[in-house]
Amino acid sequence: MSAAERLREHEKRDIRNRWLLSAPALLIILFAATGPLLIVLAYSFLTPGQYGDVEWKLSGEAWTSVFLERDIFDDTLSLADAHVTIFWRSVKLALMTTAATLILGFPTAYFIATRPENKRDLWLFLITIPFWTNLLIRTFAVLQIIRNEGIFNTVLIKLGIVDAPLQILFTDTAIMLGMVYVYLPLMVLPIYASMEKLDFRLLEAGYDLYATRFAVLRRIIFPLVKPGVIAGSILVFIPAIGSYVAPSVLGGGKNMMLANLIELQFGQGRNWPLGAALSIAVMVIVMIALLLYVRNAGTAETRHG
Amino acid sequence: MADRFSVRHQPGFTAIAATCFVLLYFPIVVLVVYAFNAATSTSAWGGLSLKWFVSAWNNDAVIEASIRSLQIGAVAAVLSTAVATMAALATTRTPPYPGLTFKYAAINQPLMVPEIVTGVALLIFFSRIKIFTGYTGLGYLIAAHTAFCIPFAYLPIRARLETMDLTLERAAADLYATPWKTFRRVTLPLLWPAILAGLMLAFVISLDDVVITEFVKSGGQDTLPTYMLGQIRRGITPEINAISTVFLLLSVAIVTLFFFMSRKRE
Amino acid sequence: MKRLLATLAFGLLATTGLAHADGELNIYNWGNYTSPDVIKKFEDKYNVKVTITDYDSNDTALAKVRQGGTGYDIAVPSQTFVPIWIQEGLVLETNPGQMENFKNVAPEWANPDFDPGRKYTVPWAWGTIGVVVNTAVYKGPSNSWGIIFNTPDELKGKVNVVPEMNDVMFAATKYVGGAQCTDDKEVLKKVRDTLVAAKPNWIAMEYNTIEKMGAGDFKATSDWNGSALRQRLANPEIQFFYPKEGYGLWSDNVVVLKEAKNVENAKLFQNFIMDPENAAGLSAFHRYANGITGSDKFMPEDMKTAPEVIIPADVKPLGELQHLCSPEVQDLYTKIWTELQK
Repeated sequence: MSAAERLREHEKRDIRNRWLLSAPALLIILFAATGPLLIVLAYSFLTPGQYGDVEWKLSGEAWTSVFLERDIFDDTLSLADAHVTIFWRSVKLALMTTAATLILGFPTAYFIATRPENKRDLWLFLITIPFWTNLLIRTFAVLQIIRNEGIFNTVLIKLGIVDAPLQILFTDTAIMLGMVYVYLPLMVLPIYASMEKLDFRLLEAGYDLYATRFAVLRRIIFPLVKPGVIAGSILVFIPAIGSYVAPSVLGGGKNMMLANLIELQFGQGRNWPLGAALSIAVMVIVMIALLLYVRNAGTAETRHG
Repeated sequence: MADRFSVRHQPGFTAIAATCFVLLYFPIVVLVVYAFNAATSTSAWGGLSLKWFVSAWNNDAVIEASIRSLQIGAVAAVLSTAVATMAALATTRTPPYPGLTFKYAAINQPLMVPEIVTGVALLIFFSRIKIFTGYTGLGYLIAAHTAFCIPFAYLPIRARLETMDLTLERAAADLYATPWKTFRRVTLPLLWPAILAGLMLAFVISLDDVVITEFVKSGGQDTLPTYMLGQIRRGITPEINAISTVFLLLSVAIVTLFFFMSRKRE
Repeated sequence: MKRLLATLAFGLLATTGLAHADGELNIYNWGNYTSPDVIKKFEDKYNVKVTITDYDSNDTALAKVRQGGTGYDIAVPSQTFVPIWIQEGLVLETNPGQMENFKNVAPEWANPDFDPGRKYTVPWAWGTIGVVVNTAVYKGPSNSWGIIFNTPDELKGKVNVVPEMNDVMFAATKYVGGAQCTDDKEVLKKVRDTLVAAKPNWIAMEYNTIEKMGAGDFKATSDWNGSALRQRLANPEIQFFYPKEGYGLWSDNVVVLKEAKNVENAKLFQNFIMDPENAAGLSAFHRYANGITGSDKFMPEDMKTAPEVIIPADVKPLGELQHLCSPEVQDLYTKIWTELQK
């Protein structure tokens, strides 16, 4: 065998080994993560059973119900505004949460990145601890603070700012507060990762050229950490739009988001196909967001080589 | 020195960062404080007491749920880290080959899908299997947890592999070591801190999970988070604060351990 | 860390305890509904290890059991769901009507239309659904579903509605003057419109009424009578009212699942709770009446005279046992309920 052939043999064996090595991971994920998604797609085309589950009859009802609804009494078809409201609430809250975490998280990441090197680990440590605390516990902690008898209202009343407790719990605001609190570290960490690589001499150069602080922020810092910002935004937006715990605990069952609507279909709604269809719809939204991310991240990287 | 600092300074950023840190810890502090509340309410203060910790300790359901969480977490963490290590070795330090992007996407897929969707998918899928096989043990939960822990274990291991110096391994190969020996004696020890990091990350992620577990679990298979979700929905007492505090301490302990270990590595 | 080790040790001890038991019994019941004392009594008497798993709605329980493979032996559905469970073949015919303690079951509960002859079920508890109001906030007449469906100003934005579909549909139907389970489209249309119009005045649709009424997050709610009793005991200003348009009666019943692995123990349990003293023990915990004669003398004092438990004579005729409606009507209910969820 020539040297070239031997090299190719070696390469082929290498690739085969790599497939073998990655096989267990791929199999587990196929079985317990990806595979079932195909079943969800299948279920979305079936008919709901009388007390839940499905009947194996094909039907497009579920998909039409996602967007349109039939009036119960006069059978007119109209836009399913229950779903639209919930869909809009989810997107709106997810976007607002992303914005809020960005506003809070960007300066925080910057702060940590500008600490002396030996102290940075400590600051990172401090910001990761809440992240690794259970999501439910953190949402519950927010519940305790914003409820009528909670600390926030008690302090406001004691200070005389308000006479009666502010009703924060059971509103969209409460859900947003819960989500911001829970997802904040997810925004800080990627931005910090980008900022860590920031060459501060570029800032000096900017100031030497008489740029204002704001111009430096806008023209130098921000473009360079853009990949981190985008990564953070995606890491917040995806869980936020599919959020289940926050609306469940803080929304009072009245302000549903997509995840609660989906859950309802497997409970009192007794419409598994609709639940399946809605799940796929959520997936599609997330895929679109991800595509935007990949496109943006790609161009961002090529821009500064 | 003064110049250096003024270059980095952005107006208001330190203030916002400080607010951020305070806001992050405030609810947790309140939560822990109220775990010691003598009154039954979780918002009205009634003096100090340890009684909720005692009642949580005596609460069979809580202990059972905690043990189950730890069992599932331990198994899922070990399995997912082992599998992720292999996958990382397979997908790093190589020029692109057909199927690489697919593998990379597949491994990270659980991160891209909202938990509610995975939960629903597994509910449907596993219920079919339950009917066929009649098996109702912890296997489903362990499989589900392992699956979504894989990307988390994968991340630090992959990151470490990417930055690892190949020369040591090449040197071993030059010295006629077999690939397995090279792996065991050179790669593995170098990779070990990252593997441990992945293990701990996977463990915490598994302990943390609420949504997927809530949908996949069957009879009597509450984990600590799903038990707490049930309690929050039905009736909140400071016992939940007490349980949360203990859970918190566990997470903090693990994170601290992780940080100490990564510092030692440097 | 020490706690962790201690927990593990405890766990090991617990499992060794299991090794000595004659068997197991896995109960699937409403949350906060099973008396630990009575369970302990059962465990000791028959050397059985009992586990209890919670659910908070009939729908959840039905969905879980229908899926199969739950590992439960016993469940406690409400009377509106019992016919579904029987129809779907989910329950075992254990014939409690022929068990030893059956003679203690009160005559009005011995032969119900949801389980004639008591072939499958044993009464666990029965009660009523009404309105609970924090009278410190609203002092006007509260014995009406109008509190929920046409909320007075003082209570606007402070009312909770327990999201149990059949109960809400019953209440709304009664409020607009219809008969239970009517399929009159005009009435149902009014029901739908009333519900949709009322919802903006509600603050939440949650099960957690006891704690949230106590903490002041809610000022009024629809609720079960036993839950209301607990709330009044915590705060005397919170009172239960029987709506004059008609209130619902419900009965929760113990069934043995067809897939039960511990059938003998489950049957023992069904018999066990028909004993007056045990029934009273259960009542003392969940605060509802049981259907067992002779249990009165064992009941706790505060329940013997509570208006929530002993229905006052003047409102007695207004109560109706809730039935499962026809599939068409149930289907319409589901549609209305979905429309309500915005």
